[in-house]
Amino acid sequence: MKASIKSSILFIVLLVFAMIMIFPLIITVTNSFMTESEIVFNYGMGKEIDGFVNLKWIPDLVSLEQFKALLFDRMQFLIMFWNSLLLVLPIVLGQAAVATMAAFALSQFQFRGRDSLFFIYLMTMLMPFQVTLVPNYLAMDWLGLLNSRASIILPGIFSAFGVFLVRQFMIGIPHDYVEAAKIDGAGYWAIFYRIILPMSRPGIAALVILVFVDNWNMVEQPLIFLQDAYQQPLSIFLSRINEGERGLAFAAAVLYMLPMLFVFLYAENDLIEGIQLSGVKG
Amino acid sequence: MSSSGREGKIIKQLTWNSRQKDTIIALLFLVPSLAGFTIFYLLPFGAGFVYSLMDSPTQGSFVGLDNYRQLLQSASFRQAAINTGMFALISVPLVMTISLAVSIMLNRVLPFRSWLRAAYVMPLVVPVASIVLVWQLLFDRSGAVNALLSAWGISATDWMNLSWARVVVLLVFLWKTIGYNMILFLAGLQNIPKEYYEAASLDGAGAWRKFFSITLVCLTPTSFFVLIMSIISSFKIFRETYLIAGDYPHESIYFLQHYMNNMFQALDYQKLTAASFLMAAVISVVVMILFGFERKFHNNTK
Repeated sequence: MKASIKSSILFIVLLVFAMIMIFPLIITVTNSFMTESEIVFNYGMGKEIDGFVNLKWIPDLVSLEQFKALLFDRMQFLIMFWNSLLLVLPIVLGQAAVATMAAFALSQFQFRGRDSLFFIYLMTMLMPFQVTLVPNYLAMDWLGLLNSRASIILPGIFSAFGVFLVRQFMIGIPHDYVEAAKIDGAGYWAIFYRIILPMSRPGIAALVILVFVDNWNMVEQPLIFLQDAYQQPLSIFLSRINEGERGLAFAAAVLYMLPMLFVFLYAENDLIEGIQLSGVKG
Repeated sequence: MSSSGREGKIIKQLTWNSRQKDTIIALLFLVPSLAGFTIFYLLPFGAGFVYSLMDSPTQGSFVGLDNYRQLLQSASFRQAAINTGMFALISVPLVMTISLAVSIMLNRVLPFRSWLRAAYVMPLVVPVASIVLVWQLLFDRSGAVNALLSAWGISATDWMNLSWARVVVLLVFLWKTIGYNMILFLAGLQNIPKEYYEAASLDGAGAWRKFFSITLVCLTPTSFFVLIMSIISSFKIFRETYLIAGDYPHESIYFLQHYMNNMFQALDYQKLTAASFLMAAVISVVVMILFGFERKFHNNTK
């Protein structure tokens, strides 16, 4: 009896807390079905308004006006969406390829300097973006890649995070598999491709999700490396639309987070496993 | 005797060769990653350090630590450094406590447990830029929070243009970071053997006693990792701050990353490189000290 009261209280506390966590999400989704004029009426054009904003849960008039404007009337939004994909997909694919190979070497082989090398990767991963900003900028300048997508994609591919995460997974795979395969006469590439990669599927899935999320959100890199407005990804566009065209901002935000929400619903368990992996020691 | 000695030598030779071969193969697998990592991170990092000791990036002359001295004298740098440090000092213990509390509450049989967990993890995948508008609508001078307060007769506050901005940024940080830490703590909690608690109950230990002597102790390795990740995320709060408040926010939330971004825009590479190396050095030292503690703890418990 006492235990059930206690767990009901806990449940309610957790529920209220959870509501607060998803509140911004819910508001964004419901408001995306408002008409432009209702948004401007309630929230103003962006700058000063008289009195206070009137934060509303439910639109007076449910409409797809915002979505229609973004998807059909203005090319800009779709172009930016495409820009985001052009930046994020190469980074995710490239990092998955490069990082799995490096992680294989750092987890299934013994060689001198292995742990020091891993430590260097780890420390680099811990640095805020601004610390690697100057190095990245200098490298891009030397290579003549400033103001091109490559200046964001290349450092993205070689970011230390992927190596770290996949290594954490592969270190848990016993060496016996490699040894047994060697005795059977398998080459190293076959061991990597046929044995280790399939066994690391959950780790790689987690990597793909976390890297996708992180880069879909990128803000600093395009601000610094891409001067041309037409190359900017959606993350930058959105922060501008909030000020200029508030009437469309909610639908833009919903469309922008849609890929992420799909990824989350589809692969929540992989994501959670990936985060747990990042905490594995060794 | 001699033949077995020779055998030993041959085996040694063989294993040596296979070890050598292993090293070469391992390096081959590492080459793509190492090459890119060196070109885009390590080499330019070294070059950047050299630049931080010169008076101009092109044909400059060596000025030693002069850039660092100027940097430390700059009031806006000091303000930014203090803000960044203070934010980490306050936000990290807070987020760790809340996430631990949430994960302990969630670590039992509850209705809709996986839905609740999903709600806490959700902010991790929600893109920052898409949520900024809601935060602005809440905390703007004419925002919803003020609307609510004024209904109760409290006069409006310009949250983002006062020291209150710190609290707003802190809320955004908590919102964003609790999920990640909670997952790590949940995994840690599930690894604590149930027998420990049963044995403690038999000995008559109360709930708090169990929490301090079993839960906290067994969670130490997890907490250590959560600590490092939280410190790192506390530096990443710049992204949210920038999107909510722009290049030059209220001075109470002007972080080192704002400073570096603005030095970059002002083409002041000397201050920028010096600031980034100082920050890298401080982070390295903190992380190494933490690793040192962790190792000590690890050896003690063994």
